[in-house]
Amino acid sequence: MAYIDIEDVDLVYRNSAGHEAADGTLALQNTSLKMERGEFVALVGPSGCGKSTLLKIISGLIRANKGKVSVGGEPVTKPLKIVGMAFQNASLLPWRSTRENVLLPLEIVEPHRQKFRSEKAKYEAMANELLATVGLEGFGDRAPWQLSGGMQQRAQLCRALVHEPDLLLLDEPFGALDAFTREELWDVLQMLYLKRKCTVILVTHDLREAVYLADTVYVMSARPGRVIMDRKIDLPRTRKLDDLYSRDIADLIQDLRHHINVAKSDP
Amino acid sequence: MKSKWLEIASPWLLTLVLILLWEAVVNIFGISRIIMPSASESFYAIYEYRVGLLQSALTTLYATLLGFGAAVVIGVLIGIAIGLWRPVYVACYPLMVAFNAIPKVVIVPIFVLWIGPGLQTASLTAFVLCFFPIVVNMAVGLATIEPELKDVLRALGAKERDIVIKVGIPRSLPYLFASLKIAITLAFVGAVIAETVAGSDGVGNLMLIASSNFNTPLMFAGIIVIAAMATAMYGIFAILDKRFTGWATRGAMNVATAGG
Repeated sequence: MAYIDIEDVDLVYRNSAGHEAADGTLALQNTSLKMERGEFVALVGPSGCGKSTLLKIISGLIRANKGKVSVGGEPVTKPLKIVGMAFQNASLLPWRSTRENVLLPLEIVEPHRQKFRSEKAKYEAMANELLATVGLEGFGDRAPWQLSGGMQQRAQLCRALVHEPDLLLLDEPFGALDAFTREELWDVLQMLYLKRKCTVILVTHDLREAVYLADTVYVMSARPGRVIMDRKIDLPRTRKLDDLYSRDIADLIQDLRHHINVAKSDP
Repeated sequence: MKSKWLEIASPWLLTLVLILLWEAVVNIFGISRIIMPSASESFYAIYEYRVGLLQSALTTLYATLLGFGAAVVIGVLIGIAIGLWRPVYVACYPLMVAFNAIPKVVIVPIFVLWIGPGLQTASLTAFVLCFFPIVVNMAVGLATIEPELKDVLRALGAKERDIVIKVGIPRSLPYLFASLKIAITLAFVGAVIAETVAGSDGVGNLMLIASSNFNTPLMFAGIIVIAAMATAMYGIFAILDKRFTGWATRGAMNVATAGG
């Protein structure tokens, strides 16, 4: 059985008062998706197609109106506790040092929560090590607002991974970065993925990013979103940025682009 | 370095300039001291009535701090309730706005009727005057937690309580301290209003007596003393603010501290 199994999921948007919107806006309709453990999946699709919504459904933060969602064989009925998340906005806490931000999940998630005070030195060493792997060695004591945008995203990745989650959910984490920093961070993410072997879902607007990082790229249709095609990316790892400019990959990206344009014009 | 010293000295310098201007204007135009005493006469009145003024000032300070302290405790608790639970917000907010709009001077006589004149009425007036900004600012800090951050924590299995303790309270502290700086000066206003309308002691009452005796220099002395106390308290909270929530100003600029 697949690690993540989404079957025929519908989601109707509700307004802030919790009622279904007057026009009954469907964010997702008959969406199905299967993922294996340890797979790196990218979700791409036109803006507003429900990619982020799908992430929230998988993590249990919101419940689907219809359909079945299971992770690791268990139906998802409440927020999962084995998830690490990262967003476009780094949302680091400005009153904490970068290291303390990375440690935040350990203050919440069991079993670390119980041991956090007594074994703080051990955890701090762990955080320092993790920061060093993403190129932030020696920055642990800095306040997050003293870091550049790219460095904040590196720190955010550390925060998402510090408690060794089984599932890493990334919602356009590199969307606000400049092109060079973004490419650097692709390699950071790939390195972390190969090291941790967790399951990753990456929501992105960037086809090159999707093809470079993912094992499988899913293309979603315009709202109401559903998965209209999937494409295996059979490139060996570790992938190199230079490969992105090879003929094969250019064709692959071109093909995906075409499908998204179709998805945009014909929902 | 030179500009930094100038920055620190500038509020004192401006105050000094205004005092000199005051002195000059009163003397040049020969204004009667009953209408407007000069700066030197007012400061001399502080010296002349130092015993009575000190005693009154301490009474006013005590009443102010009592009301302010109660407003901080109750205001923070209600602010937390309003910030976290929307139904409480919806239920309380219109009432609080209405209550805040009442000129406090008209409710002082009611307080006197209930609890008698003096310290209790002065503290209660200080309380009602400075309570509102504390509640509002505490609530704003809690109600505006970034949704992404909530998701990050909830996806770790955080309970609502964890989110409040780890994120809500720390991030509302800058709002709270900003409101405390406003609230402490409002508390002085409240205490002095009550002392003036209904007090049996305090600076407000002293000024009332001075005014009935046409002792205008003493009235100005009272004003100077109140302003100085309020500014000093503001300075204390500005320092605390900087100490605890310096991160909120991102080191770019220093928070304004006391000054003249």
